Amino acid sequence: MTMNHEETSRQAQSAWGARFLEYRLMWRALRRDRLAVISLAIILVFVLAAVFAPSLAPYPDQALGKANLSEKLDPPSATHLLGTDDLGRDVLSRILYGSRPSLSIGIFVVGLAMIIGTPLGAIAGYAGGWLDQVIMRITDIFLSFPALLLAIAISAALGASFFNAMLSITLTWWPWYTRLARAQAVSLKEQTFIEASRAIGVPGFTIIRRHIIPNVLTPALVQATMDIGSAVLMGSALSFVGLGVQLPRADWGNMLNVARLYFSDGPWFAIFPGLAILLIAMCFNLLGDGVRDVLDPQSRRTG
Amino acid sequence: MDQPLVIVRDLRLQFRTYAGIVHALNGIDLEIYEQDMLGLVGETGCGKSMTGLSILGLVPRGGEIVSGSIRFRGEDLLTKPESYMQQVRGARIAMVFQDPATSLNPLFTVGQQLETVMQRHHPAAKNEMRDRALELLKVVELPDPARILDTYPHELSGGMKQRASIAIALSCGADLLIADEPTTDLDVTVQAQILDLLRRLRETQGIAILMITHDLSVVAETCQRVAVLYAGQVVESGPVDDVLFEAKHPYTRALLKASPKRSSRGQPLQAIPGTVPSGLQPLEGCSFAPRCPHAMEVCSQPPPRASVAPAHAVYCFLYTDAEGT
Amino acid sequence: MNEIAETDRTPEVQVQVKNLVKHFVQRSGFLERNPGIVRAVDGVSFEIQRKRTLGLVGESGCGKTTIGRCVLRLLEPTAGEVTFEGVDVLGLSGRRLRRIRRDMQMVFQNPYSSLDPRMTVLNIVGEPLQTHTSLNHGRIRERVVELLEHVGMSGDHIYRYPHEFSGGQLQRIAVARALALNPKFLVLDEPTAALDVSVQAQVIAQLMQLQRDLDLTYLFISHNLTLVHYISDTIAVTYLGKIIEYAEADEIFDNPIHPYTQALLSATPSLDREFRQQRVILGGRVPDPANPPPGCVFHPRCPGTTDQCSKVEPHLVDVGGNHLVSCHL
Repeated sequence: MTMNHEETSRQAQSAWGARFLEYRLMWRALRRDRLAVISLAIILVFVLAAVFAPSLAPYPDQALGKANLSEKLDPPSATHLLGTDDLGRDVLSRILYGSRPSLSIGIFVVGLAMIIGTPLGAIAGYAGGWLDQVIMRITDIFLSFPALLLAIAISAALGASFFNAMLSITLTWWPWYTRLARAQAVSLKEQTFIEASRAIGVPGFTIIRRHIIPNVLTPALVQATMDIGSAVLMGSALSFVGLGVQLPRADWGNMLNVARLYFSDGPWFAIFPGLAILLIAMCFNLLGDGVRDVLDPQSRRTG
Repeated sequence: MDQPLVIVRDLRLQFRTYAGIVHALNGIDLEIYEQDMLGLVGETGCGKSMTGLSILGLVPRGGEIVSGSIRFRGEDLLTKPESYMQQVRGARIAMVFQDPATSLNPLFTVGQQLETVMQRHHPAAKNEMRDRALELLKVVELPDPARILDTYPHELSGGMKQRASIAIALSCGADLLIADEPTTDLDVTVQAQILDLLRRLRETQGIAILMITHDLSVVAETCQRVAVLYAGQVVESGPVDDVLFEAKHPYTRALLKASPKRSSRGQPLQAIPGTVPSGLQPLEGCSFAPRCPHAMEVCSQPPPRASVAPAHAVYCFLYTDAEGT
Repeated sequence: MNEIAETDRTPEVQVQVKNLVKHFVQRSGFLERNPGIVRAVDGVSFEIQRKRTLGLVGESGCGKTTIGRCVLRLLEPTAGEVTFEGVDVLGLSGRRLRRIRRDMQMVFQNPYSSLDPRMTVLNIVGEPLQTHTSLNHGRIRERVVELLEHVGMSGDHIYRYPHEFSGGQLQRIAVARALALNPKFLVLDEPTAALDVSVQAQVIAQLMQLQRDLDLTYLFISHNLTLVHYISDTIAVTYLGKIIEYAEADEIFDNPIHPYTQALLSATPSLDREFRQQRVILGGRVPDPANPPPGCVFHPRCPGTTDQCSKVEPHLVDVGGNHLVSCHL
């Protein structure tokens, strides 16, 4: 099970070999965390479902909105595995199609927030002084609004759509990454290897790019992994109040919004989308925990 | 000499890690006498700290003593239950650690920590214990002991913290003090003070001291006897002057040649080629053989103990002919 | 302050430090009015001659590490002059400052933290080359392999990460990095403090060999007097931000004049039987640099202190043969 020295030496003979070796070790370490692996598997299932929804969904046209009033609110059966909704549409198909906006909001929001927020935080932390103050005060302003309310307000102002929902959530999310990156940068600044680079004469901006940001990425990635789940939740919340994906297009949030009215008649209509949201959020959380333990190169080798 | 206070025989300690089993101690033999000052010296990873911890039954989790015996006044501590060891720790054998900042509890005053320990082994009335605490602080030569009783560790300097740690260690009349790199983190002048204190305490308090250190010169100046460790084995032991100035084992000699001395100016410091074994491979024969300039065929066998002088023992095949063993 | 007289025979002076001062302002607490000033370096002057080694020795709080960093301008001195080959280092800025950094480099104490854990050895040792030269990747790689071999390491290691190496190897990588731009002057800040004795021997031997091969000048900072004596040509003893004694290495050991030097010497445990001295056990501890004693900074602990010592600060005086002492006695 353990890799012997010769094997690792050979692999480290080239730049790509070394990279690949690191990834292999990361993967091995992650495999040890059962929960993380199960979570990853479930997430992959959802992603595949999202990508192949048109092929997988038994009733694609219903997923897209075609009503089927004769089968209104039918319980789960052989023809409709998860039942039907208030307009007789197949719940399974709609959940499959609904995974697209739900997941993509999570991923894009977090990705954008990280891309915007991390460098800003790194610059603020390393540069200090007035630049730090300016950036952090702007960050504070955004942080002082309750995220959901801010997202709702922006969405409402811009008009309800998937794109606007994504935009508004991103705007509430980036400050967290700035804060995180800044804290990391401030402590990194004192590290000897940063001092060594300064002694070499490396200019400040290059230090940020070459040393600070890569070292800040680890906590950022861990945070990002866990955040995807929360972002999915928030996207669903926006859809739930009608500010995200609009009916008849399927989205877990807007499904829930309608489903609550019919809960006593057809609980499956609410339960399954709700379960989907829960599962995704939990899995990303667990995966994030596993990733955090794995991304520290030290623990990869000895742990 | 009379019967030793502590006799360690063939102590073997293993750790289970993700990388495999690490053989930390590979058959340690030691004797500590009453009021002795034995130096346990070696480089990183030789097992000196683990030896000290083993005597107190404080081996970290994952470690298992697979064989050997540790006799304290005739009783084998390895066969005793935890409840017995709890009586031993502090009252019969005490320990002082390298970093006083982390071995003293930052939330309690020095006086409180002294009282806690005393309470455990020799409970007495509050004012009696306070008086004893005051006495102890005087014994370790802390200035203004009455005030120190009520100060918190972070208010004290490194040297003072270490003195406080020694006071706590002495508080219950231990016979043996295990000092694990007690002065490594201190300034040289403070180190001299603490070492001097330890030397005098040996006489005034009648304790034996096991001084664990990587610094040969500290051993040279403070200890009576020394045991040199390499890769979990004792390679040489005996009176300090014998071992350090008439070193026999190739590792001891190499270590001495690598240590800068006042007289070495102008001469090259000789490094020891190779690296310390990781402990993942079980030991076969002499642990130093791979790096030894005098290695022979027979060194793949465990080297026997040879006596090159009264009380001076070497574990090396180079000397067995002299003994005839 | 007296300066060391230059004679015709001695090699020219390469590094000159005059009246170096570095004060740190202590962050005042919420309700404090006067922020304390920590006088880390308080008027230090010395010279280092080309291809020689000056050992800077002292205990915690003496300022030796700060001096090293000020000389390289990793910290901005509060006052004083630092001259390298005639050029005023403290007056440079921008491009010219970056240029002179090629000539003056540093090796840090902790090899585990002085190398970026996320960069490969190639990138770490190549960083100076990337910053100052326009060599392409291939040429940089060649040079890095060359440097590694120069410090006794195989070029096979260039794609590895720091956590794969031992302390001694890391320190050699750090030295390779310091040598990348062919510097003339190296500041070595406790380079072997974190290493075992046998590994230390390797690194020190390497450093001395490199000094001979590459005509390097060293400023060797350490708390270990025996080690400093071994490697240095001249030694400066620091206490609380000041140099209290300066002389050739053997002279400091054979003829220590300042009481602190004497105490330091006698406190240093020695493996040489012949040199074991009568212990001068120094009482007390190093005072708080934010609140130094008046007059001679050493007087509260000095066994021979007089009234004058508590009032008037002594200066460095040449007591013969380029041996400088700062003491009233």
